[in-house]
Amino acid sequence: MIPELGQFSLILAFCLSIILGTLPIIGASRNNLLWMSLARPLTAGVFVFLAIGISILAYAFYVDDFSVQFVAQHSNTTLPLRYKLTAVWGGHEGSFLLWTFMMSGWMFAVAIFSKSMPLDFVARVLGVLGILTAAYILFMLATSNPFTRIVPLPPVDGVELNTALQDFGFIIHPPTLYMGYVGFSVVFAFAIAALLSGKLDAAWARWSRPWANAAWAILTIGIALGSWWAYYELGWGGWWAWDPVENPPLITWLFGTALIHSLAVTEKRGVFKSWTILLAILAFSGSLFGTFITRSGLLTSVHAFASDPTRGFFILAILGVAIGGSLLLFAFRAPLMKSEFGFEAVSREIFILINNVILVVAAASVFLGTVFPMVYQAITDDLLSIGPPYFNIVFLPLMVLLVLALGVGPISRWKKTSTTYLFQQLGKVALASIAIGVVLPLIITLEFSLIATAAVTLAAWLTLSMLKDLANKTANKSTRMLGLKALSLSYYGMQTAHFGVAVMLIGIALTSGFSTEKSVLLAPGESIDLGEYVFQLNGVTRVTGPNYIAQEAEISVAKGDRNVGLLFPQSRVYLASRTPSTEMAIDAGFFRDLFVTLGEEKGNSAWSMTIYVKPFIRWIWLGAIFMALGGLIAAGDKRYRRLRRRQLEQLQEGSAQPTVHNAGAGLQVNP
Amino acid sequence: MKPHRRKKLGMIIFMTLGLSLAVGLIAFAMRQNINMFYTPTQVAAGEVEIGKQFRIGGMVKAGSVRDDPDSLKVSFITTDFVSDVPIRYEGILPDLFREGQGLVAEGKMDSAGVFQASRVLAKHDENYMSQEVKAALDAAGVSTETYNGQVNGVLGSALPLPLPET
Repeated sequence: MIPELGQFSLILAFCLSIILGTLPIIGASRNNLLWMSLARPLTAGVFVFLAIGISILAYAFYVDDFSVQFVAQHSNTTLPLRYKLTAVWGGHEGSFLLWTFMMSGWMFAVAIFSKSMPLDFVARVLGVLGILTAAYILFMLATSNPFTRIVPLPPVDGVELNTALQDFGFIIHPPTLYMGYVGFSVVFAFAIAALLSGKLDAAWARWSRPWANAAWAILTIGIALGSWWAYYELGWGGWWAWDPVENPPLITWLFGTALIHSLAVTEKRGVFKSWTILLAILAFSGSLFGTFITRSGLLTSVHAFASDPTRGFFILAILGVAIGGSLLLFAFRAPLMKSEFGFEAVSREIFILINNVILVVAAASVFLGTVFPMVYQAITDDLLSIGPPYFNIVFLPLMVLLVLALGVGPISRWKKTSTTYLFQQLGKVALASIAIGVVLPLIITLEFSLIATAAVTLAAWLTLSMLKDLANKTANKSTRMLGLKALSLSYYGMQTAHFGVAVMLIGIALTSGFSTEKSVLLAPGESIDLGEYVFQLNGVTRVTGPNYIAQEAEISVAKGDRNVGLLFPQSRVYLASRTPSTEMAIDAGFFRDLFVTLGEEKGNSAWSMTIYVKPFIRWIWLGAIFMALGGLIAAGDKRYRRLRRRQLEQLQEGSAQPTVHNAGAGLQVNP
Repeated sequence: MKPHRRKKLGMIIFMTLGLSLAVGLIAFAMRQNINMFYTPTQVAAGEVEIGKQFRIGGMVKAGSVRDDPDSLKVSFITTDFVSDVPIRYEGILPDLFREGQGLVAEGKMDSAGVFQASRVLAKHDENYMSQEVKAALDAAGVSTETYNGQVNGVLGSALPLPLPET
């Protein structure tokens, strides 16, 4: 009975979102206040019923209700409670419910935190999101109902949650990634609402910015978590595989990164309007593309859900209608998006444009590499794959260009910057960066390496130009502290995120350049050298977990005379499905990770294992944390709220719309 | 030409140049890094030249796995039930690698007609067959049902892996 209640609440949420997708939008175009004011309560309703739906699914897992097909396929009685509850997103149906629920969560947040936006705008935004939600719930009810029962004979016990998923990363990675992903639907809805109303001004950009920043920050964390999880769980020693399912989030992220920059220009300078709208549509398309790829059965991977083709067609239809429709609308409304100001050939606008072009080209190259094999197969029936080297070759030069431009962008001025000024500001910074890049790795490692030099130079370039900018911006105040206090939160957000780029760059370059690994066969008592470290196998014992049994090796690591520690990698077999699974052991450090995966027992009680030393790998995720933190700081800038209040006062005073140009100009942080 | 038009033109030229550069780079990189996929039958028929990097997919032939007890070298035969191709690999095989299971390997043919694998991939999920293996079996005229019947048996009680002895 209870699962049927879950299905019933999904149907109710569907009905409410249908109304939400129609009445408020029509109301907004006819200026019908009553219909527009329905948007917020309807959104709350959709959110509540989806919350009930997902809670009931979690409850079905909790009480081991194996008459529900989805539960029977993804859980069993021995599964630990934390995985039972999170197995909700362990398969296609449940994870799509999570996706839709996250969407309604964002909608609810928009309904609450939009008090200062005009009602017609809120009605349109929530209406657009309502249409999307309706399509998602319809998809769920029609092709992938999580509450489908097994009748008449439900199994006594369930199968098993995919063993690769039984891990802490599984608890946090999918929700975070989905939350970031669907966050871009909100920005998309903002864009469509602007196109519908024909009002695309600085105020619109200001409303959109916190949402875009928040979605971007959460997506950053979601991707980083995925990378971190893949690194320690999948056991191949890498942190990014250019796997076709990893790529869509990255594509979305690259579009999203371009978008948050372009939005800043639209807000402050009133230019790049159509470009910003296009990026919002593209970022959203990236998220739908990701859903399509993992749910259409086109691919095989940990992320792919085995599925029937009707699902693929359904999602493709949603994809086609959403993207096609919004691009059509975009084409019709494009003439409305006139730039309000011009700018010169050397200006901050240009540097942000360069940033945007690089990011979009990068996204397009990842997209091409991802879909080319699929398209090729559809046309010729032959299979091929595109290896990581393709992505590395294309990505590396683009990112170097991006980092070079990144050093100049923040220090340049809006509208017009003289090249002499830039040289005068950054000439010494550039020289100092090169000096640091050459000398620092030499002092530490006593040998020259191109990778280390390039990486440290670029990171120093980012950091020093940032400090230079900070020094410039605080120079006019009587004390530095006063100057620092006068800077806006969004400025600090930007600098934090850019610093994250420098940290991540160091991590990626040094890990890629200097990681070492060895696959060996060790008998108890034997040891092996890798770099400065000596790994010794002390012995292998049998251990029993809640739903698996394992062979656990004890490996002691020494560096010179110093004991570094013990590592306990496991080779597990999960009991319900008899699936083998490797559980690596990692000794994590700020400057290096030691990493061992256990293979199998060969003759003479020797064990095969792979040993890795990975310098600076933590910096990759540390950089992502800085970036996300920057995004959240910028999203939390009071400036947005304060301005909204001022605007509201203006509105109440009776002056129809605030004059956007003044607001935009008055906003500039940097003259 | 009016100044703002000229600026627009400059911008368009700049973007076009950048884009063509990017497209050229992408095309070049792609050409260098495409791994074609071949079935054991195609390989046995000599469709692949020696020393060319490619992917092969098929089933691990039952009883063909030879493990060297003193090193990480392993050899086995991959088959699409029509032709066999011997594979050699040095390293640790993936968790789900097993006789009678599907696999995909990346590497080159040597002059002795042995596929020297640099990477062996197995599926992440035992209920789901890799597209490449499926294509190889389809091409050889072996039905998917045979495969599923062999591998999965009954739903859920999937794999004939013995538990480690107590």
